[in-house]
Amino acid sequence: MFNHLNLEAMVGKWKHAVLASALAALLMPGCGPKKEQAKKNGGALDKASIAERVYVAPGEWDEFYAFLSGGFSGQLAVHGLPSGRLFKIIPVFSVDAEKGWCMNEETKAMCMTSYGFIPWGDLHHPDISQTNGELDGRWVFVNENNTPRVARVDLRYFETAEIIEIPNSAGNHASAFVTENTEYVVANTRFAVPVPQRDMPISEMKGNFKGAATFIKVDPETGRMNIAFQVLLPGFNYDLAHPGRGKSHGWFFFTSYNTEEAHTLLEVNASQNDKDFIAAINWKKIEEYVNNGGGKKMKVKAAHNIYDETTQMATTEWITEVTVVDPREVPGAIYYLPTPKSPHGCDVDPSGEYIVGSGKLSADITIHSFSKMLKAIEEGKVVDTVYGIPVLDFNATLAGVVKNACLGPLHTEFDGKGNAYTSCFISSEVIKWKLEDWNVVDRHPVYYSVGHLMIPGGNSRKPFGKYLVAMNKITKDRFLPTGPELCQSAQLLDISGDKMIMLLDFPTMGEPHYAAGIPAEKVVDKVAKIYPLEENQHPYAAKAEDEVKMVRKGNEVHIYMTMIRSHFAPDNIEGIKVGDKVYFHVTNLEQDFDIPHGFAVIGANTSEVLVMPGQTETIIWEPKKPGVYPFYCTDFCSALHQEMQGYVRVSPAGANVPMKITLDNKPIGEVITE
Amino acid sequence: MKTLARILMVLAGLLTASLFFFPMWRIDLTAPQYPDGLGMYIYIDHLEGVKPGDLKNIDILNHYVGMKPLPKPDEMWEFTVFPIVVGIMAALAIVFALIGKPILYLVWFALMSILGLLGLYDFYLWLYDYGTNLDPEAPIKLVDEYGNPMKYVPPLIGYKQLLNFEVYSYPAIGGVLLGIGILLSLIAYWIAHKTQSKHKIHVS
Repeated sequence: MFNHLNLEAMVGKWKHAVLASALAALLMPGCGPKKEQAKKNGGALDKASIAERVYVAPGEWDEFYAFLSGGFSGQLAVHGLPSGRLFKIIPVFSVDAEKGWCMNEETKAMCMTSYGFIPWGDLHHPDISQTNGELDGRWVFVNENNTPRVARVDLRYFETAEIIEIPNSAGNHASAFVTENTEYVVANTRFAVPVPQRDMPISEMKGNFKGAATFIKVDPETGRMNIAFQVLLPGFNYDLAHPGRGKSHGWFFFTSYNTEEAHTLLEVNASQNDKDFIAAINWKKIEEYVNNGGGKKMKVKAAHNIYDETTQMATTEWITEVTVVDPREVPGAIYYLPTPKSPHGCDVDPSGEYIVGSGKLSADITIHSFSKMLKAIEEGKVVDTVYGIPVLDFNATLAGVVKNACLGPLHTEFDGKGNAYTSCFISSEVIKWKLEDWNVVDRHPVYYSVGHLMIPGGNSRKPFGKYLVAMNKITKDRFLPTGPELCQSAQLLDISGDKMIMLLDFPTMGEPHYAAGIPAEKVVDKVAKIYPLEENQHPYAAKAEDEVKMVRKGNEVHIYMTMIRSHFAPDNIEGIKVGDKVYFHVTNLEQDFDIPHGFAVIGANTSEVLVMPGQTETIIWEPKKPGVYPFYCTDFCSALHQEMQGYVRVSPAGANVPMKITLDNKPIGEVITE
Repeated sequence: MKTLARILMVLAGLLTASLFFFPMWRIDLTAPQYPDGLGMYIYIDHLEGVKPGDLKNIDILNHYVGMKPLPKPDEMWEFTVFPIVVGIMAALAIVFALIGKPILYLVWFALMSILGLLGLYDFYLWLYDYGTNLDPEAPIKLVDEYGNPMKYVPPLIGYKQLLNFEVYSYPAIGGVLLGIGILLSLIAYWIAHKTQSKHKIHVS
């Protein structure tokens, strides 16, 4: 077996060498027959030549960034493609003790909601900002499903810059997809709920619950988000969404299920209708209506958390009012497109003409035509109205059906070459089919039970149809076992040829629902290496060693401290008493790429802080007993990292030990009692 | 031809004055951990990092072996004197061009060459002091193969390995322009002198 594999590998290597270099061929006698042998084997790729396709040599960079949602981890993972390597986990909706996210004083406010501080979230769908329908690599928008929120990750810093809570929503699932110039990010509710919330019998759901489709306006310069309006829809479950693009720009398409409006045993009761709906919303019409004073103001309470990169501090602003729109009052603003069998994915091809609805309980994939939809509207081909919303004739909008595509089709992405790729959960495969021809041309098994799939730019006007990532829900035996709980498994397929080729399995964190990929070259030049110290406006920053301070305000003591290779200033602190609340505000004075310093002090009831060059972060420490306690740098920064440590003296409550901060036995900075 | 000589002499003055705008010298450091390298430009009146933060990072690294921080503009007399000398020499070149006596061109050439060499010698002395006058309490104290304290003198010109750093030192644009200026003054002398000699022959 071993020999057999080796032989195969050798054949592959030689074959490659022949193709790649005539010189190599001259140096390797006997490679001619081997080449033929490889051909005879149907040209099937052996392991070695597949490995070459995902091999990124030491020190070289991947071709693509892939942002994989962390699902129930609440975070966003940054991988490279084709290697699958994990670069960073960007904390978004969950506390992160490694980075002090939502734990240090600066970022605590990022986890604030109208329900109070929430340490966890369920992150589903990343989407990269677009300009003219193409990825622009500025921001990644992500949604939180459980406590409805949308976050914006800034790709200059690969940090979460903003989180906005969505009122009147419950289960923010059809989110966070952007329009083709990032005019809006949408957030539509998976769970219909009373709007506004009120105490009522669950059994009276039907006709009384609502689904709020929220359109969040994005500032084109800063990326700052604000809720522009909420469209109140019938109380179905809104599942996924994608924007129109090109000719259909100005429309947004949302799949819905449970048009039965069942409130119990949904697996049966929400699966009764033969067709549910894709809601086509003309957001331009609604925008115009709202701009002209349309809609009603509704009192709400929602948190809007903003991280200011100059003060390096997050603050919560409260949203107290939103504009809600009854779409029936805006003529032509909404239509329902009947779509078979509880459609899940809702994907729009690069041209904007085809809207793909994958009925997850069907073996067929339904494709609507945008131009046919416009024609049907024009010709009044309305077969029904549901809660006053016109339902268009199914046959009038239908472009085609991929018959017997697979079992459990979920999501579709496009390669920009006229092909569509759909994930099939039940049959555990990815299928490739042709637009306008509607026939399956290739299928490839994936392991196991794929959910979303992703082609970089695959849901934009300009896909980069080289790789496809399948994100599988079930891992089973794909990797070395790690007990009952396993990582999730992503798989990379080469889609550059006629046939899909499986290249790589790689583990992912949490549950990657969706992902967004982008050519690295669109991002790398914008990425910050440090925070310039002169731009640091943190109110407690000490930007030089002589700016350090110890300030007592009652039992609150603020220590303005600096870190530079390889010492703290000050590193000896006296005059702290039991009962004090000590704030260590530590500034990293470094301006060198990749020289963070960390800070931890014994017994602190919080995480470390990990401070990037030019940044200031704050950790709170409440010493319980008198003594002399060490603090130290937690990030291996230099040859003398182990020496980067200091002591703080804690005296009994009521003691008269004077406040003193020193470095090398010399007083440093200022000591102030207010 | 006399006009050409004068123009060249004016150019020599202007090229000398370019030192007010361009750095004289450049020192580059690379190490495995510094794939983008560190570097500094030496101007007549200050030092500047090739990238923002480079000077600070050089200081941070050097402090481990006890080297002094790089001098600020008010910490070295050269940063005050050099601009005066350069200013005078630039003005002198132009004055000499106006006077137009070939011998003056040669005087300027000789003077500037001597000053240039003195400047380089002074630079070397500073480099030597910088690399050998170490803080006795430095965290890292290394000795060479003979047991003497390690010297960290960067090369005056060329390449040298200093611990984990590869150090390159070479003239920057201002230094090159000054060199061209000095050369031009010599050419100016040669042209003017030749023209004058010819003229003399004609007269006789």
